[in-house]
Amino acid sequence: MIAFLVRRCLVGVVLLFLISVISFFIITLTPGSPYPWGELNPKISPEVKEAYRKKFHLDKPLLQQYGFIMRDLFSGELRSIKDQRPVLRKIGERLPATVALNALSLALSLSFGLWLGVYAVRHYGRFPDVVTSVLAFVFIALPGFWVSYLAVIGLVDFTGAPILGLQTYGVKYPGLAAEFFDRFWHVAVPACVLAIGGVAAQSRFLRATMSEALREDYIRTARAKGLSEDEVLYKHALRNSIRPLVTGIGLLLPALISGAVIIENIFAYPGIGRLGYEAVLERDYPTLVALNFIVAALVLLGNLISDLLYAWVDPRVRIE
Amino acid sequence: MKTETPVQRTLRRFFRNPVGVVSFGLVAVVITVAASVAVLSFFGWSIPFDPNATNLEAKLLPPGGEHWLGTDNLGRDVFSRILQGSYISLSVGFIAVFVSLSIGVVVGAVSGYLGGWVDNVLMRAVDAIMCFPSFFLILTVVAMLGPNIVNVIVVIGLVSWTGTARLVRAEFLTLRETEYVRAARCLGQGNWKIIFRHILPNAAAPIFVTAVLGIPDAILAEAGLSYLGFGVQPPQATWGNIITDGKVYILDAWWLIVFPGLAIFLSALGFYLVGDSLRQAAETRSERT
Repeated sequence: MIAFLVRRCLVGVVLLFLISVISFFIITLTPGSPYPWGELNPKISPEVKEAYRKKFHLDKPLLQQYGFIMRDLFSGELRSIKDQRPVLRKIGERLPATVALNALSLALSLSFGLWLGVYAVRHYGRFPDVVTSVLAFVFIALPGFWVSYLAVIGLVDFTGAPILGLQTYGVKYPGLAAEFFDRFWHVAVPACVLAIGGVAAQSRFLRATMSEALREDYIRTARAKGLSEDEVLYKHALRNSIRPLVTGIGLLLPALISGAVIIENIFAYPGIGRLGYEAVLERDYPTLVALNFIVAALVLLGNLISDLLYAWVDPRVRIE
Repeated sequence: MKTETPVQRTLRRFFRNPVGVVSFGLVAVVITVAASVAVLSFFGWSIPFDPNATNLEAKLLPPGGEHWLGTDNLGRDVFSRILQGSYISLSVGFIAVFVSLSIGVVVGAVSGYLGGWVDNVLMRAVDAIMCFPSFFLILTVVAMLGPNIVNVIVVIGLVSWTGTARLVRAEFLTLRETEYVRAARCLGQGNWKIIFRHILPNAAAPIFVTAVLGIPDAILAEAGLSYLGFGVQPPQATWGNIITDGKVYILDAWWLIVFPGLAIFLSALGFYLVGDSLRQAAETRSERT
C-alpha cells in the first residue's frame, strides 16, 4: 500500500511537471502579443511597455520566465495583468461556486447515467436498448450553449423564473429555507445542462462493461439460484462493473470544466469557467497559465483518488 | 461458396441496422448540402439569398413566406446563412480529425510497437495532456493565435489526438505479438515497414471508427468557439456565430437560436450514430446466428 502510494506520487510529480511545462509553453510559445493592449497600440509609451515587460519578466529568456512564473505561482505572488490581484485569490474566490456546480452535475450524471445504463443492459440488444443508445448520442450531440438558451427561453418565457447568477438579484429572503432553495435553483439549471453529456457517457460506459459481465459464469449461477432480475443486475453484475465507472469520474472532470466555460457564461454564474473566459478576453496570461495548471493538477488529484477508490470498491484489485 | 471480406461483412451489417441507415442518410444529406454550397459559392452563386445581403426593411422576420427560416437583425436570410455555415463546420470537422488522427496514429503506433521507455515517456505525456480541460485549452490557444479557420482547425486537431493515441497503442500491444508480425521480423523487415504495412492495416477498423466519432467532436468544438466569438470571423456565417448574433433577441426572435442549433445538433448526431453503428457492425463477436 505504502509502496503503491509512493510510486503513484512519484508518477504524479512527473505528470505535474509535464502539466506545468505544457500550460506555460502553450501560452508563451503561441505567436501573438502577450500585451493586453495589443502590440502596436500608439497610446502606450515605450517606457510603459518596458516597465510592463520587466514586471512580468517578459525580457528574460523563456526558461527563466518559466522558473519565475512557477515560483510566483507556488508562493502565491503571481498577479493578474488586469487588476494586479493575486491570481490564486481570484481563483479561490470562484472555486466554491464551481465546486458546487460540478459536484451537482457529477451527481446527476452518475445517478441518471447509472440508471439509464442498467436499463439498457436489461434490454440488451432489443428495442429499448437501441432507443437508449440513440438517446445517449442525442445527449452527447446537444451543444451545451444551445440547450442553455432553450432552457432560458423555456423557463424565463413561460414561468418567469429568474435563473441567472448565484441568487436572485436584490431579494430579501424571508428565511434560511427560502435562501437555500433560491441558491439551489440557481445552481440546478446550469448543473442539469452540464450533466447532459455526462449522463450519456456514463450510461454508455456502464452498458459496455455490464454486458461484458453478464456473460460471466457467476451471472448464470445467480440466475440459476432463482434470483430476481433486479438482484442479478444490481447486486451481481453492477458490482463487478463499477470499476470503470469510477475511472469515468476522472475522465468526466475535464469535460465538465470545459463545458462550464460556456455554460457559466450564459447563466452569468461566477465560477472558474467564467474567470477563464474573462482571462482569455483580456489576454491575462498569468491567470491563464495558473488556471490551466491548477485545473489539470486537480484532475490529476481526482484520478489518484479514483485509483484509491478502485481498491476500496473492488477487493480484486490489490494495491502493491 | 463466396466468402465475404471483413469490409463487406461490416457494410452488410451496417446497412441492415435501421439506425445505421437513417444516420447514414442524415450524414449524406449534410455532406451533399455543404459540398454543393461550397461549389456554388465558389462560382459566386448563393441559394436562395445572398447570406451577407442586409435588408433593414426586412429585419427580424419570423419564419415563413419568402424567408423560410426568418431573417436576423440586419435582415439577412437565416436559411442562407445556415447553408453558408455548413461547409465551415464540416471542413473543420474533417480536417481537424485528419490532423488529430495523423498525430495519434504515429504516437500510438511508436509507443505500442517499441514499448519500453519510449512508451513510458509518450504515455505519460498523453496522461498529462488528458488532464487539461480540452475546450478551455483550445479556447486559450485560439484566442492567443488569433481566430481564423486555419488556427481553429489546427488547434482542435493538436489537442484531440490523445484518445486515438491510446487506442492505437492498445491495438499495437496485442498485434505486435501475432505470428505474422514475428514472421515479418524473421524475414528481416524494418520496424517502420512492419508498423505501417503489417500492423496498421489490421488496426484499421477501430481507427476508422474513432475518426468518424471525432468529426462531431470537432464540429461541436468549432460551434462552441464561434459561439464565443473565437471561431471563423464575421461576415462569414457559422452555426455558432448566428446564435451569438441572435442571443440578444432571444425572447423576441427564437428562430435565430433554434435553427442554427438544430443544424449543429443534427449533423453531430448523424456522425455519432454512423460511427457507433459502424463500431457495432465491425465487432466480430456480436453477430447473431
